[in-house]
Amino acid sequence: MIIRIKLFALAQDLAGAEEVTLDVAPGATIETVREALANQVPELKSMLVSCAFAINNEYATTSSPVEPEDEIACLPPVSGG
Amino acid sequence: MVELTDNPICTDQITAQVTSPQCGAVVLFLGTTRQLTDGRETVTLTYTSYAPMAQSEMEKLEDQARSRWPIGECVLIHRLGEVPVGQASVAVAVSTPHRRDAFEAASWLMDRIKELVPVWKKEHWATGSTQWVHPGMTKNLEDGTLQ
Repeated sequence: MIIRIKLFALAQDLAGAEEVTLDVAPGATIETVREALANQVPELKSMLVSCAFAINNEYATTSSPVEPEDEIACLPPVSGG
Repeated sequence: MVELTDNPICTDQITAQVTSPQCGAVVLFLGTTRQLTDGRETVTLTYTSYAPMAQSEMEKLEDQARSRWPIGECVLIHRLGEVPVGQASVAVAVSTPHRRDAFEAASWLMDRIKELVPVWKKEHWATGSTQWVHPGMTKNLEDGTLQ
């Protein structure tokens, strides 16, 4: 199934894109997404371990399942304030 | 009240928004752009966000704070885009009947904002280089490239 991942800050710069499209197997979780993203965009590999993920504007866990219609975001460590 | 804005933060307006006849205490915290960090000089900061989630996370924090303290009014504002040295990037303002609750709630809100709200700052150093700020990341990252 095709899913889209939004990228921000350094992740966006390293990937050179605001969004990445991945093809993952049905039943994929955030952990699967993290691995697929590292494989497709090797520039992100070293920082992905530090990144959180969100599904539909809510923080997700590594075991959270993803669906094709979900809005998925890769969130590097935040630095607001 | 929660807001993400590209405009300068107006403290008079915020103070007026949170002041209430039921409350004897108003605490306003401003986070401002600092000129020096570990001896390095900052010219300006730029902020970016995942806006829909930043908005909803800040709304959740306001709800949680209201369930913990007797808050009359609450204003959380984060500025986006460029925030030059000396200007405010974030404002947390709360009013409560008594001062201790206002201090505690404002402090708690600011800590949670820094921990949870998807906003990112980029340092623009006086040397001309730039650097995303990603606390806790182990690699030395500068100018968007791994070193």
